[in-house]
Amino acid sequence: MDYSQVLLMRSELSLLAVIIILFVYDLVAGERGRRYMHPLACVLMLAHVLVNIVPQADTLELFGGMYRSVPMISLVKTILSVGTLVAVMQSGEWLRREDTRYKQGEFYTLTLFTLLGMFFMVSAGHFLMFVIGLELASIPMACLVAFDKYKHHSAEAGAKYILSAMFSSGLMMYGLSFVYGTTGTLYFDDVAAQLTGTPLQIMALVFFFAGLGFKISLVPFHLWTADVYEGAPTNVTAYLSVISKAAAAFTLLVVLVKVFGPMMAAWDTMLFWVIIASITVANLFAIRQTNIKRFFAFSSISQAGYLMLGAMGGTPGGMTSMVFYALVYMIANLAVFGVISAIEQRTDGKVSISDYDGLYRTNPRLTLVMTLALFSLGGIPPFAGFFSKFFIFMAAFGAGFKVLVFVALVNTIISLYYYLLIVKAMYINPNEHPVEAFKSDGWTRVSLLACTLGIVAVGIISGIYDGINAFAF
Amino acid sequence: MVQMELYLIVSTIMMFVGIYGFFTRRNLLAILISVELILNSVDINFAVFNRFLFPGQLEGFFFSLFAIGISAAETAVAIAIIINIYRNIRNIQVKNMNELKG
Repeated sequence: MDYSQVLLMRSELSLLAVIIILFVYDLVAGERGRRYMHPLACVLMLAHVLVNIVPQADTLELFGGMYRSVPMISLVKTILSVGTLVAVMQSGEWLRREDTRYKQGEFYTLTLFTLLGMFFMVSAGHFLMFVIGLELASIPMACLVAFDKYKHHSAEAGAKYILSAMFSSGLMMYGLSFVYGTTGTLYFDDVAAQLTGTPLQIMALVFFFAGLGFKISLVPFHLWTADVYEGAPTNVTAYLSVISKAAAAFTLLVVLVKVFGPMMAAWDTMLFWVIIASITVANLFAIRQTNIKRFFAFSSISQAGYLMLGAMGGTPGGMTSMVFYALVYMIANLAVFGVISAIEQRTDGKVSISDYDGLYRTNPRLTLVMTLALFSLGGIPPFAGFFSKFFIFMAAFGAGFKVLVFVALVNTIISLYYYLLIVKAMYINPNEHPVEAFKSDGWTRVSLLACTLGIVAVGIISGIYDGINAFAF
Repeated sequence: MVQMELYLIVSTIMMFVGIYGFFTRRNLLAILISVELILNSVDINFAVFNRFLFPGQLEGFFFSLFAIGISAAETAVAIAIIINIYRNIRNIQVKNMNELKG
C-alpha cells in the first residue's frame, strides 16, 4: 500500500504537528516554562492558520474514498481553525489562574483534538470515518466542559453533555445501521446511488437527523444546551457554541444534500418544521433569561436554526450562504464571549445580565465591542450579520420556501428586542456599582480587535462572499 | 439456523429499553447503563445485517468493532465525570443535579 497519500492531508497534518509540539512542551516544561505555553499555543495556531490560508485547490480521494477533500471543505477547515485561534487567544487569562494553571496543557491538547475530529468529520467520505470524527470531536469536548473539576456546576454540565452526546450518537448509529441494512454499503457515493426512499430508509434518516440535531442543538433536541453552556468554563462555551456548531451544521448539510439527496422530499419537510421550532422557541426562551451565558445559549439555538436555512433546497447557493453565515456568526459570537470571559475573570465570576448595567461608564471600549457584536447577531444593516442573514434568506427564498423565510424574518425582529435589552442594560440602566474599569491582557485585546474588524468589514468586502461562492458544490 | 428477524427483535427491544431507561432512571450510572444498551443494539444490528444480507463483505463487522471501541472510550469519560460529581457532592442522583436551571 502506498502510504505517501497521508502527506496530502495538509490541514490535518499541520494541526497534528501543533498538538504534538504542545503536548511534548507540556511534558518537558516545568513550572516556569509553563508561563510561555499560552503564547506558544497562539503562535503555533497562527502558523497552522497561515499554512492553510489558501484552500487546497485539488480534489482528493484518499484511503479508497474514506477521506475526501474538495476546495470548499478545505476552506471550511481554515475557517474553523481561525475560530479556534481566536478562542485560544481569549483563554489565556482564565488559564493563568491559580486553579487551572497546572493543567493548561490539557486544555490546548483537548481543544485541538476536538478540532482534529471536526476536520475528519467534515471531510469524511464514509460513515465510519464520519462517526469516528464526530466522536473524536465530542469525547474531548466533554472533558473540556468538565474542566473546572472542583466546581460542581462544571462537573454537572460535563455529565449532562457526555450523556446526551452518547445518547445522540447512539440514535445516529442506529439510523446508520438501517442505512447499511438497506443499501449494503456505507460509502457516501454508493449510499446516495442506492437510496430509494423506502419507509425503512426514512426511519433511518429520522434517527440520523435526530442524532446530528443534538450536536447542533436544534429545537426538539436542544435541552442540554442551556445547562451545558452555563456550567462550562466561559472560554469552552465560546468554543462549543461556534466551532463545533459550525462544523456539525456544515457536515449535516453535506450529508443531507450529497448522501440523502434522493430523499430530499422527506428531509425538506422535517427540516422546515425543525427550523421554525428552533428559531421561535429559542427566541421566546431567550427573553426570560437572567444569566448571560444561558441567554447566549438560547441565542445560539436560534442562530443554529438560521444556519440550517442554508440546507433547504440543497442548492450550491445555500451552501455558500451557510458557510458565510457560519463565518459571520463565529466572529460575532467570539467577540461576545471574549467580553463575557474578560469581565468574568476580573469580577470573580459575575455572569448575570444585571451585572452589565452601566458598563458603558467604566469600560466604554468593551461595551462598544459587545454592542457591535450584538448588532451583528441581530442583523442590523452596516454590519456583517445583516449581509449573512440577507444571503441565507435569499438562498431559502430562491429555493421556494417563502413561508419559512417570512417566519424567520418575523423572528429576526423578536431577536432584535432581546439583543437590544443587553445594549440598553450597558448604556442606559442605572447602577451604583458597575464593573470597575480594567484592562484585559494583550491577547484578548488583539482577538477582540480582530473580531470587531471582522464584524465591520466581512459584510462590506463583497469579495469574501464571492470567494466562498466560487468553491460551492 | 436462527432467522434474521429474531436478532432484529432482540436489538430493537434493547434499543427502546435503553431509550426508556435513559428518560426514567434517576441515577447517573443507571442512565449510563441505558445508553450502553442503545449502543450495543447498534452493534448487533450491524453484525446481523452484515452476516445475513451481505455475507461477502466485512463493512458492518468493522463498524461494530469501531463502535464498541468508541463506546468504551465514551463510557470511560462518562464514569470519570460521574466520579468527579460524587467527589463534589457525595451523591449521583439526578435530583441533586439541580444547580443549573433557568
